[in-house]
Amino acid sequence: MKAYIRSTSCISPQKSFDHEIFYQQPVEYTNNFLAVIEPDYTSIFDIKQLRRMSRIMRMGLAPAIRSVQEAGLESVDAIITGTAYGCMEESEKFLKKIIELDETMLSPTPFIQSTHNTVGAQIALFLKCHAYNNTFAHRSFSFEHTVIDAMLLLHENKAKHILTGSADEITEFTFGVLQRFGLYKQEPVSNFDLYTSGTRGSIVGEGAAFFVLSNEVSEMNYARIDDLELLQKTNDIPAIQSWMENFLQKNNLTAQDIDLVITGRNGDFRGQKFYDAIEQSVFSHNTIINYKHLCGEYPTSSSFAAWLAANILKMQQLPVCFNKTPDMKQAFKNALIYNFYQGRYHSLILLSAIN
Amino acid sequence: MSERIYIAGIGIISAIGNNTAECLDALEHERAGMDATKYFSTIHANEIPVAEVKLSNEALSIKAGLPRTSTRTMLLCMIAAQEALKDASIKNIDKLKAGFISASTVGGMDKTEKFFNDSFKKNVAGDLHDVVNHECGMTTEIVAGRLQLNTFNATISTACSSSASSIMFAARLIKAGILDVAVAGGVDALAKFTLNGFNTLLILDAQFCKPFDENRNGLNLGEGAGYVTLVSEKVAATLDKDLYCGLKGYANANDAFHQTASSPDGVGSLLAMQGALNAAGLTANDIDYINLHGTGTFNNDLSEGKAIEKLFHPRYPKMSSTKSFTGHTLGASGSIEAVFSCLTVQHNIIFPNLRLETPMHELPYTVEKKFLTDVPVKNVLSNSFGFGGNCTSLIFSKI
Repeated sequence: MKAYIRSTSCISPQKSFDHEIFYQQPVEYTNNFLAVIEPDYTSIFDIKQLRRMSRIMRMGLAPAIRSVQEAGLESVDAIITGTAYGCMEESEKFLKKIIELDETMLSPTPFIQSTHNTVGAQIALFLKCHAYNNTFAHRSFSFEHTVIDAMLLLHENKAKHILTGSADEITEFTFGVLQRFGLYKQEPVSNFDLYTSGTRGSIVGEGAAFFVLSNEVSEMNYARIDDLELLQKTNDIPAIQSWMENFLQKNNLTAQDIDLVITGRNGDFRGQKFYDAIEQSVFSHNTIINYKHLCGEYPTSSSFAAWLAANILKMQQLPVCFNKTPDMKQAFKNALIYNFYQGRYHSLILLSAIN
Repeated sequence: MSERIYIAGIGIISAIGNNTAECLDALEHERAGMDATKYFSTIHANEIPVAEVKLSNEALSIKAGLPRTSTRTMLLCMIAAQEALKDASIKNIDKLKAGFISASTVGGMDKTEKFFNDSFKKNVAGDLHDVVNHECGMTTEIVAGRLQLNTFNATISTACSSSASSIMFAARLIKAGILDVAVAGGVDALAKFTLNGFNTLLILDAQFCKPFDENRNGLNLGEGAGYVTLVSEKVAATLDKDLYCGLKGYANANDAFHQTASSPDGVGSLLAMQGALNAAGLTANDIDYINLHGTGTFNNDLSEGKAIEKLFHPRYPKMSSTKSFTGHTLGASGSIEAVFSCLTVQHNIIFPNLRLETPMHELPYTVEKKFLTDVPVKNVLSNSFGFGGNCTSLIFSKI
């Protein structure tokens, strides 16, 4: 099953909404907390609409709507959203009020805007789209599942243009809780030094990226998603290596055919061995870039990587923050994203350039 | 790849019973599950009835074989999913591509509330064990691991249609050959979060709910879990037991009207029902029973009712809302009602819609008030509609 990426848009802790990150140096964060840079939304929403939107609604809807507009469409045949945490800010707001006010005198607004399907539903409402609408909330596979669902719909001939993507937000409170779990570093680390920090934990991020996936050939297409494979539970390095080799073989590719490997390296020393192992074996002769110094670590960060890959394949150019290396190929034909989350939820997304 | 999808096993835990047999008995004898709360604590306990599962977390944990500290959500999920898998009695499942597709609206919220109470009222750090399983996907991950359903796991969260959507997604995974077997459904436990949420929206009935009644006054919140074991044709052929029915059609559509209200003419529900009929290759005349979404709110029942009128007029099948027994179990309601739909096909029975006094004046038909036996039930339509306009309809058919 394959799908063309007709359009894509992303809001992240970098200036990504207008692709500035491709031409400018990234934004530095020194407090382990990478919050999204919200663009001027008034090109998409009017002030009245904006006033009624929660933060995750704004950051989710904007790239979703822009993707649809950029694809030259009025609407789509399906809307599929992924979110691991759901609407954290509104959920926390409502929970705190329940506790503070002892279950009385509560305002319904944060509850209404707390459900995991809020972003997907609001996109449908905005586009007046009555089509298939689904929301996945399965930890670090939430984004990948939207792509699988979309590919199934294309395969079933149920849809031509499908809006897929993910949105996850972080709050100070949740950051504090997750830091206690050891997910994030205890000492402040600059995102520029993430990969050399060598300590426990990563830096937190958030973001939303959306894609119009289509089965139609078009000059507008950014790239094609050729395959996607998931491995939920293993920490066995040889098993991961052979899983990758089988994946390449299944797609009639060898490691040399992969012009760009994008890995989810996140600066947590506990996960380094997985990335080290594949970089020293399967992909020992490949150009490899990492993306989490740009967007931070969060369960649906692979959608940021997919946005990055789609743009690199379309522009045939890396963002300026990635140095050219002597062995880098002249053209990027095939790109592979490898990410995992907390030693589980391994995912491979294979993309190829259109020409 | 499989053209047809069959239901080989069912499992349920709800306010009317801790397994399928107990629930069926309660349905037959018109015993509703609403009551004063015993295990769930809220200041609204004396004003608002809820449909609580009649077991403590300790008792549930023994039944589930999971630690006592587990979220109630996870315990309910494990118990019903385990029943559905066992019931299917699939041989050599370890050699099959077996997955678990679950759904939930608030995940491990029951324990998260304790964590927030500690953090914001008692000003202590809060026990991390209380939030470790907060995410909807955590329940799925742990239960799938216990049941060894590891080929593919997913969690869907489309508000009150979540577990109908998970059954639909599971069926499509089997049709595409990604899975041979899928245990699919959903779960939600009672939580202050949802009770107060619905209460602020003024849609909780202070009495036992009266779906599709002229004088209905809101829903009763419930809790529970329902799962079905879906199998491919190939797996079905290897089973020594009778299949419940086939999952013949399904569709998902969006009302695109309002975040929490349904459109007056039920655009989304009509599209979902019509889509499911099309997918099944059936017409409205082929449907013998509709398990209504029927929450008991003024808005839902009118919207759903109008959509049914548009699609079925002038020949109406029997219909009822079993939420008059179980309350509205949110992320579990679609799959709990899928289990009930399988039972109506299996036994040729129709479940009553409790407490109906005055039929809605806007509708030219009314719902079934009595438990009926010996009614030929070939095709059942099960509706699940939710916040955010998410509408999913499923059709279960006699083989």
